[in-house]
Amino acid sequence: MLLGVSIIVFFMVRAIPGDPAQILLGQTATQEQVHQLRVQMGLDKPVPIQYLLFLKDAVRGDLGTSIVTGRPVTEELLVRLPATLELTMFAMFIAVLVGVPVGVISAVKQYSLLDKTTSVLALTGISMPIFWLAMILIVIFGVNLELLPFPGRLGTDTTITAITGFVLVDSLLTLNFSAFWEGILYLIMPAIALGTTAMAVVVRMTRSSMLEVMGEDYVRTARAKGVVPWRVVFKHALRNAMLPTVTVIGLQVGLLMGGSVITETIFSWPGVGQIAYESIYRRDYAMIQGVVLYAAALFVLINLLVDVLYAVLDPRVRY
Amino acid sequence: MAETQVQQDTSAASGVKTRSRREDFVRAFFSNRLALFGGIAISIFILMAIFAPLVAPYDPLAQNLTEKFAGPSLAHPFGQDELGRDILSRIIYGARISLTAGLAAVAVATVVGTIVGLVAGYLGRWPDSLLMRIMDVLLAFPSILLAIVIVSILGPSLPNAMLAIGIVFIPQIARVVRSAVISVRERDYIEAERALGAGDVQIVFSGVLPNSMAPLIVQATLTLATAILDIAALSFLGLGARAPSPEWGAMLTDAFHSGYGVFVEGQHAIIFPGIAIALCVLSVNFVGDGLRDAMDPRRRG
Repeated sequence: MLLGVSIIVFFMVRAIPGDPAQILLGQTATQEQVHQLRVQMGLDKPVPIQYLLFLKDAVRGDLGTSIVTGRPVTEELLVRLPATLELTMFAMFIAVLVGVPVGVISAVKQYSLLDKTTSVLALTGISMPIFWLAMILIVIFGVNLELLPFPGRLGTDTTITAITGFVLVDSLLTLNFSAFWEGILYLIMPAIALGTTAMAVVVRMTRSSMLEVMGEDYVRTARAKGVVPWRVVFKHALRNAMLPTVTVIGLQVGLLMGGSVITETIFSWPGVGQIAYESIYRRDYAMIQGVVLYAAALFVLINLLVDVLYAVLDPRVRY
Repeated sequence: MAETQVQQDTSAASGVKTRSRREDFVRAFFSNRLALFGGIAISIFILMAIFAPLVAPYDPLAQNLTEKFAGPSLAHPFGQDELGRDILSRIIYGARISLTAGLAAVAVATVVGTIVGLVAGYLGRWPDSLLMRIMDVLLAFPSILLAIVIVSILGPSLPNAMLAIGIVFIPQIARVVRSAVISVRERDYIEAERALGAGDVQIVFSGVLPNSMAPLIVQATLTLATAILDIAALSFLGLGARAPSPEWGAMLTDAFHSGYGVFVEGQHAIIFPGIAIALCVLSVNFVGDGLRDAMDPRRRG
């Protein structure tokens, strides 16, 4: 799977017009210089050979060198990964924390005013462009109310010792609680902008699978036995309803990575999404390849995780 | 003789059944107030797009630098943008671009996706596995990332953005069509056509495709909503419509890139184009949801 993705990515990136050697050296470079650099970068070899060389290095964790920053792509990605992971996880955390309970309540009180309102709100959440939501958040909470800070991960005069690269973890490790709090404040707007779509999808999925499960015989049996209503909902229904929801959450993480390109650009968040955007602008072959491969790999990994979670939630599934 | 009689009876019975099903469908769709609202809103957007020159009060490109970020007033209900252009007029003209772009992307996805789904579902065996593997690989990319890569290859422009979004949505359409085809492939009426000597192509177009239409239409409608959003997102990344185009995503992009001032004094330049996108996409989603619920008797409220 990943191999197929890597082949496609490699050839697609090669198809991007513009000679990277020429771009790197600028318009003033002589033919000679350009040729020399092309040889040095391996661009003079046939594309299939280039791919095999790339694959040989890739399995050893070497994704090539960014032609813009001159640093190894792997290193560049690793430096930026914590920022993106922190943002994505926080966004997902909000999405699940709000989405699942709202979906459950909606299903339990089906057709109530509350249910109808949340259904419309959830659909609205799916229908909003992320970058607009981000800008509206900045307008309301950043500028008009001056409640939340932006852009970036921390204020310019706050410094923390980088250990893991996660602002929240590092500040706790160094017992810097004011930086921890500041980190959270900086996270809120980008995380809401990024997580709203996922939240809406989680609400819709939880609601519909809860409704399905609530009609099952075992739920009716539990009710008939006289199990307390909240216990029926949480113990009998929710556990079974979580299966499709978990799948959807897994898929959403993939979408979040796409959304992070936009969110990180708006909030100047120094993560993988931001560099994805920049590398495309600068025809940084190695970097684009690295970013897309990383995204695809993460996607595959998350699907694997979802399968494992399935086994935890459903004892009938065994690997 | 007796056999013919029976056959006529069943066909008459099924004829009645389809008609009532269609009636049911129409009634279910129109009794859904949200779907109705969506349908009306979409119609307004479409009319607005068609008659833009008649409806728009100003030229969407006419600048008036002295009135930069002038707020909403009677003369300019939605205010003016970073170059003093009338935002209402730009939104009206933008409906043309955003709707056409969305429809074009969906057309690409639907045509190619339907062909892939039909071939895979109807032929089965290795063509099926091969095509679906390819679709799986396409699905392995986060959609907007794939679109970004495709647009960078083709070069950034609105038509290429439409094409890229179209390509990205092929797998979803293909999957829906394939599963619909598989579910009708072995039905008796297909068998009957084959017995009457119809070729594969004829069977596909007269028997399989029409009976796979319902899920296809629902999927295409829901795809349209996402396509409009994604095209706006590509414009935001500088890979779709460019200034001075009044495409809705581009309007927001231009406002955003005009500097920090837009967040302070030009807030209406952010709010209104975004509402246009959200309202349009929301309406399409209402219609899509309404169609799906109306077609599936189990989901009728």
